[in-house]
Amino acid sequence: MTRFSKSRSSKPEQEARGGGAAMRVIVPLQGVVQGRGGLVLGSIIPCVLFYFLQLYLKRNRNDADSENEQNPGGPNTTTRSSSSGQLPELDAIPRSLSRALLSPKSPSGPVSVSARANGIVKGGAESPYNVGLKRVKEDPYDELANPNGVIQLGLAENKLSLDLVNEWLVENAREALLAGGGELGISGIATYQPFDRLMEFKVAVAEFMSQVMEKVVSFNPNQIVLTAGATPAIEILSFCLADSGNAFLVPTPYYPGFDRDVKWRTGVEIIPVPCRSADNFNISITALDRAFIQAKKRGLKVRGIIVSNPSNPVGNLLSQETLYSLLDFAREKNIHIVSNEILAGSTHGSEEFVSMAEIINQEDLDRNRVHIVYGLSKDLSLPGFRVGVIYSFNNEVLAAAKKLARFSSISAPTQRLLISMLSDTKFVQKFIKVNRERLQKMYVKFVAGLKRLGIECTKSNGGFYCWADMSGLISSYSEKGELELWDKLLNIAKINVTPGSSCHCIEPGWFRFCFSTLTEKDIPVVMERIQKVSEICKSRS
Amino acid sequence: MEKGNRSRQVLSRIATNDKHGENSPYFHGWNAYERNRFHPTQNPQGVIQMGLAENQLCFDLVEKWIRENPNASICTREGADQFKEIAIFQDYHGIKEFRQVVAKFMEKVRGNRVTFDPDRIVMSGGATGANETFMFCLADPGDAFLVPSPYYPAFDRDLRWRTGVQIIPVDCHSSNGFRLTRAAVEVAYKTAQESNINVKGLILTNPSNPLGTTLDMETLKSLVAFVNEKNIHLVCDEIYSATVFNSPRFISVAEVIQELEHCNRDLIHIIYSLSKDLGFPGFRVGIIYSYNDIVVSCARKMSSFGLVSSQTQHFLTSLLSDEEFVDNFLSKSKKRMAKGHHDFTKGLKQVGISCLKGSNSGLFFWMDLGSLLKEQTFEAELELWRVIVDDVRLNVSPGSSFHGLEPGWFRLCFANMDDQTGEVALERIRTFVLDNGKKGDEGR
Repeated sequence: MTRFSKSRSSKPEQEARGGGAAMRVIVPLQGVVQGRGGLVLGSIIPCVLFYFLQLYLKRNRNDADSENEQNPGGPNTTTRSSSSGQLPELDAIPRSLSRALLSPKSPSGPVSVSARANGIVKGGAESPYNVGLKRVKEDPYDELANPNGVIQLGLAENKLSLDLVNEWLVENAREALLAGGGELGISGIATYQPFDRLMEFKVAVAEFMSQVMEKVVSFNPNQIVLTAGATPAIEILSFCLADSGNAFLVPTPYYPGFDRDVKWRTGVEIIPVPCRSADNFNISITALDRAFIQAKKRGLKVRGIIVSNPSNPVGNLLSQETLYSLLDFAREKNIHIVSNEILAGSTHGSEEFVSMAEIINQEDLDRNRVHIVYGLSKDLSLPGFRVGVIYSFNNEVLAAAKKLARFSSISAPTQRLLISMLSDTKFVQKFIKVNRERLQKMYVKFVAGLKRLGIECTKSNGGFYCWADMSGLISSYSEKGELELWDKLLNIAKINVTPGSSCHCIEPGWFRFCFSTLTEKDIPVVMERIQKVSEICKSRS
Repeated sequence: MEKGNRSRQVLSRIATNDKHGENSPYFHGWNAYERNRFHPTQNPQGVIQMGLAENQLCFDLVEKWIRENPNASICTREGADQFKEIAIFQDYHGIKEFRQVVAKFMEKVRGNRVTFDPDRIVMSGGATGANETFMFCLADPGDAFLVPSPYYPAFDRDLRWRTGVQIIPVDCHSSNGFRLTRAAVEVAYKTAQESNINVKGLILTNPSNPLGTTLDMETLKSLVAFVNEKNIHLVCDEIYSATVFNSPRFISVAEVIQELEHCNRDLIHIIYSLSKDLGFPGFRVGIIYSYNDIVVSCARKMSSFGLVSSQTQHFLTSLLSDEEFVDNFLSKSKKRMAKGHHDFTKGLKQVGISCLKGSNSGLFFWMDLGSLLKEQTFEAELELWRVIVDDVRLNVSPGSSFHGLEPGWFRLCFANMDDQTGEVALERIRTFVLDNGKKGDEGR
């Protein structure tokens, strides 16, 4: 009745192991006593016994400790939970039996939640992402009300063009919840959604996706599965394409949320495939291949690659050539490709966006291995509304994803509102165009500002951020050095930025700055603050 | 490696197994309805939907409120200025005011006998998402939860599919009105232990689906004591809490633990939703409420997979803040449910069909058609079910979908139709029963 058991193996199995070990010790001991085996066994066996004892204590201590302190991937140690106030040695020995004998009036003992829950709650609590968010929440910058507050540069949100959406709403003031009564009345949206109502929304979304990608591709609404945001879309695809224990290859640096979306509840692993600044952080097929082979050696089955295009945090667009190479690679290894294109409409600059869908349209082969993730959180600035899309050419995946999406469906009134908005093609066109212009403007200004401080950014064409090389300012060329700089930026400069280590970048010193929550006026303020820290770092080195 | 021209794309076990449960009659009946939907004037011979527990009884009240309160909808001129904040808001804590009104609403439904802490309220993708999230938080793959049967068919999917958790049914029998007893739970628990299955908790649906009954204080207390003794979790699905239209009154587990001095609250959790009580399944509002801090924290982080649309949160904050509206809604809703339930059960009784005695809640009733079965087997029950769907043209849910032990029981939902449709449905059943009676069926 152990409550600390993390593994799936039940108690009797563990007892059997212990029993077997005992037998394996007793028989040779008899041999030693009777003179067979001699000195060798006489010295080995006590050592082995001692070893097993240590192993047993260590295993149980690990189980107890990992409940209290598990920290997958977080750079800082977490604080221990209140239930761990006791000595570790005591915790190591399961006390379930003694607790069962206590009267029911005893105070609550440690109750086991799932191992998964413990890992999630304890791990990452002190991650830079969370710490930074918290600081901004507590002390948000406001030009007038709180000019010394923390400026948010760590959230990839686009506030630049919300006014356009707002304007549309006011002009098209339709009571979308009750458009005309009758079939479109409350019973039309409050109830479980009939199939055809959902289709109307899918048609609108398909059309929007096509417009966003400049009408080069047309998207078939029948190949869409809707989800409550892109977060569950990624998770659902992970559940569909891989079993627990399998893995996906993901080029780094990557969006920190993938660790949650791909791994938390699925049991699927991510194998990071490093991209280098020398390559402008572009994907290398060689690196993918190497990672695939290494995975195989470790006994990990790779089920697919997840790429983001435009990429986050770097902002690269994948060239047509790269897309073809990825497809070749996937075909050769017989694996899937998940292309996260959630920022397809948020490009700026001269390079053209090419969707995976474009490549596939031209070749009939391999349609079944390509899946695209999209959503309205970035391109339409509506993260609160929770609209995500899985777009696949694989009917089996669509069928499975549709069922899995029941855990993450989109609110009906939101669908109703968006059908109206997305169907207004004039508005959509205008929005995409103006949004791009504003992004471009901010990007150019921001990057120029950093350049004046001697900080270079990779050339990027998409996303709401720039990827800056601050390795010149870090005290030691390591993750530790990078995090020290991050800390200075947060607490001295009072700007919240995302350190490259959170994105699994192998080269220390890179930071992501999101500029889309700022106005132009804020840029000089940000630069001034960075300069302050820059001077501190330079004077100390 | 690639085989021939077409590469074989192997998907995961989850994607290819049957554990989504959508191949059961419960879901097949819906297809029959979709193909041939009843309409009083346009398609009077169509299939009447009695298999979906939806509450449509008070839509008129909501429509009126919406018209009178345009600020609540951000998609109106009046409400549009709040739009920017709402559109951007994706904090998984949820809008504070939203959690506060939900807490107050839950308190109101429980006669203000308990208080709920808004900081313990976590969102999920409907109750569907809440059911699953609790399993992810409380159990590891291979662990099990005890579930009194008959139970809601989609538990098979929600509790097991992606989580790898097992369901161990706790048998309830018609001989004592399907009442759940501590003894039955203990038997199921013991059997699981003997098979080396690690039981992590017990799920109660109170009010019960499909039975439409509520648990009494004594039973609830004994079950809370049981989980405390075994140090396992108690998850109470209270999504039908405001559908109690008759005595005995609804008793929430929140009330029970107030009365018990020595209860480990870390074991107690509540599932809620606005889909049944308010009739808003389309809004996808699932609520996880836990007295356990770790579970709240974990569930909140997982809520990223099923957040409630901020537009919906905003609207509901307005709606549920209107106490006058809420009081009126709850009282009218109960009256209409009581009437619907009464009309149906009375009408059925007149032709010799009984429904579960003592049912006082839910959007459905549990009907005993055992007398119409050719033999007391589930095969016969399915045969009868097909006749009811295809010939009588009513989509009802056969008891086998609910994993009960005794064939012949059917769940019929009545709260999703107006009086006119209800009369047609009742007439069809009565005619069918009388016709079958005339054929001289023995065993009545």
